[in-house]
Amino acid sequence: MNHSATVHASAWSRLRFRVLALALGAVLVAVLPLLFTTRYSTNLLILGAAMGIGTLGLVVVLGYAGQISLAQAAFYGIGAYAAALGTTHWGINWWVAVVLGLVAAAVAGGILGTATLKLGGHYLAMTTICFQVIFTLIATNWIAFTGGPDGISNIKRPPFFIPLNSVQRYAWFALAALYLVAGLVWWLRDTDLGRAMRAIRENELAAEALGINTPRIKVIAFTLSAVLGALGGTIYASGYLYISPDSFNFDHAVLFLAMALVGGTESFLGAILGASLLTFLPEWLRDLKKIYLVIYGCVIILVIVFMPEGLWGYVKLLGRRFARRRLLPPAERPLQVGRGVASEEILYVVGLVKRFGGLVAVDKVDLVVRRGEIHALIGPNGSGKTTYINLLSGLYAPTSGSIRFLGKDVAGLRPSRIASSGMARSFQNLRLFRELTVWENVLVGAKRAGGNETETKGRALAAIEFAGLSDKAYEICRSLPYGHQKLVELARAIAGEPELLLLDEPGAGLNQTEKQELIRLLRRLNEMGLTIVIVEHDMSLVSRVAATATVLNFGKKIAEGTIDEVLRHPAVVEAYLGNREVALGV
Amino acid sequence: MAENLSMNGQLVFAGLAIGSVYALVALGFVMIFRATNVVNFAQGEFSMLGAYFLVALWQGLKLDYFAAIALALLLMVGIGLLFEITVYYPLRNRTFLPVIIATIGASIMFQNGALAIFGSSPEKVRPVIETVGGTGGVTVAGVFFDYQYLIILAVAVMLVGLQYLFFEYTLLGKKMQATSQDKDMARLLGIPVVYMIALTFIYSSLLGGLSGMLVAPIFFVTHKMGATLGLKAFAATICGGFGDVRGAIVGGLALGVIESFGSAYISAVYKDAFSFLVLIVILLVRPQGIFGEKVSEKA
Repeated sequence: MNHSATVHASAWSRLRFRVLALALGAVLVAVLPLLFTTRYSTNLLILGAAMGIGTLGLVVVLGYAGQISLAQAAFYGIGAYAAALGTTHWGINWWVAVVLGLVAAAVAGGILGTATLKLGGHYLAMTTICFQVIFTLIATNWIAFTGGPDGISNIKRPPFFIPLNSVQRYAWFALAALYLVAGLVWWLRDTDLGRAMRAIRENELAAEALGINTPRIKVIAFTLSAVLGALGGTIYASGYLYISPDSFNFDHAVLFLAMALVGGTESFLGAILGASLLTFLPEWLRDLKKIYLVIYGCVIILVIVFMPEGLWGYVKLLGRRFARRRLLPPAERPLQVGRGVASEEILYVVGLVKRFGGLVAVDKVDLVVRRGEIHALIGPNGSGKTTYINLLSGLYAPTSGSIRFLGKDVAGLRPSRIASSGMARSFQNLRLFRELTVWENVLVGAKRAGGNETETKGRALAAIEFAGLSDKAYEICRSLPYGHQKLVELARAIAGEPELLLLDEPGAGLNQTEKQELIRLLRRLNEMGLTIVIVEHDMSLVSRVAATATVLNFGKKIAEGTIDEVLRHPAVVEAYLGNREVALGV
Repeated sequence: MAENLSMNGQLVFAGLAIGSVYALVALGFVMIFRATNVVNFAQGEFSMLGAYFLVALWQGLKLDYFAAIALALLLMVGIGLLFEITVYYPLRNRTFLPVIIATIGASIMFQNGALAIFGSSPEKVRPVIETVGGTGGVTVAGVFFDYQYLIILAVAVMLVGLQYLFFEYTLLGKKMQATSQDKDMARLLGIPVVYMIALTFIYSSLLGGLSGMLVAPIFFVTHKMGATLGLKAFAATICGGFGDVRGAIVGGLALGVIESFGSAYISAVYKDAFSFLVLIVILLVRPQGIFGEKVSEKA
């Protein structure tokens, strides 16, 4: 009773915090334009709001999804040109023009995102730079369409309930837009979509293996970021009433990125802090005349060097001091794993082959796993066990052979499709979403089974309780000891209530006590009806959980049967003791 | 027909000359990337600074041409070292993103520092050949070979050759190679990794500075000249295969030629777009570049 009361109180205090934050934001929106009295400074306020909205786009694509973009100024430009051309050359309504701009940006962002799916790091940075540079060249040189280097003047303000005919009124409008977008980005962070993005940022492979369609989410992130960039651009164009290509060049793309990094990429507040600081800083340094941009560059380097998480990092540290310890409510339902007909053939693999160039890593290995059993896949180092697991879960496409899972052929499907059909896995080397909390990690896993939010949370709660992690639910995974991290990976895999669980060396690196606990958990899962395929080197662990086993050596199957049988099999003994001829059956 | 041929020859020559400048800057990129895994967005600014140093020492202080070059190169050594100490070293254990932004911050500093000192009016630099009393160029088979372009090509070829000899046949070169391949192992073998990395930055800065001095008579020297040069060199390194020395050279030359043909036959105003379009196509078709090897993540 006491526990649930505390849980209730902590949920209430979080709600109260959010309402307070939103109210504070609203007050700022209302008051700020009154504090800026000159036309010049109010214009800067509008610029800050517009840049802030664009930077919030970067929070989505870079902060959440972890994809670098140096093309935000191009999207900002698309929005600005839509508002400018729409209200001047084409004479259409402001709102229609803006929608056109957002659609154009969404299409461009979607295309850029789709084209760069396979690229990361420097390559992605460079491709977005190319896009940015080409945009600037077009804006400057396609004079008939864009007005060229002279730009476009006499842009209209949006028609609104009250005429926005003074900079102060427009500042309110711009800040309100920033407020709404910031709220949206804040809200997005803890939705399924936001969590999926952050999971991709932390570990794309694990995200995919948990059923997240990573290409789709990445394209969504790019598209959303482009739309927000364009929205910022329209706010800017209608605020300044004049635009030219100079405001949308590569330098400004860098500026957006700098704003996001200086403020802190992972939070809406960081974006706003970064955008405000870098908008007003040049003005404060104006007295330094010629060298103010030198100082400005210097400030960027200093912030990057001394504040790894940006300004937001400091705010967060402060917040942690006031944060109360949060508790998870007790699970309302038990974990429901493996619900089909007992002893049916859940996994049926025939003639599976995987070649890497000339090397045959897996050579025609058949495997049948019946529902309700724990089947071990064993063999010496380099025998192809992990490759086999990777083939089953779709991380590798098989060279030939068929994999039937629950009656459907899944060979060559995307890992996320296979995961969605009811197969979960863990990884040999931990692949947690390190910067996410335990709760968030498990929630991502729980999403696999579908259903509404309540159902997802119910499964996640049950999995966390099962793994005994309730008291660590709100800790960042990175900070947990290794043994607990292993448990989080298990909880994350079972939270989706799979039909089949693939475990790649779950015992590696655990001490004896932790191994006992692992054995207990695996047995309990099995009693609940979960089918498990386990790859493991520790034979005592294997023989205590698994009933049947398949033994691989040099990519070939050398034995299968019950654990006792295979461990006595001469070929297996030879394989482990190292007689190559016997092992290969020559 | 013959006219067409000589025009194409002209375009190839001009493209190769500009391309070899891209290649030199690109080599600077590759050197730093191989040693530190850092993409230095201020690489183009090294060229800009080199060009300005030459302008200041030769045309400003009226030094002898070769003395001016020597002194400018000495200054580039200082710039490279300073850059390593202030930008790379504090961030050496961080991910690539903050480092990129820091190098961009440095590039903003360099550009605006140059603007504050040298002003915004473009400086014209006399061609090198005039220092020994010659002018213009020579016409062979209908193709006009501008001496400055010939010098650029010659210096580029010489530098690439010297670099090859240095890395293959000297102990210091081997040590630097070892550092770039595996820092931890190099450290265990007693190679002073910190110095090797500092040397790499100095060398890159020298390459950049030299390329800036070479193009100075062709382009006007402005505080903005490094930005485009740097981006194109970066494009060249990716086209060729990131971190590959051959790739940087081939990529640089190829971009130069593509650009010169593109601006002659398609559109002069979109000259700068061709490199980037080609790069996008290459990244989509063969993301690892011409010489790059495909890397995939291990599960």
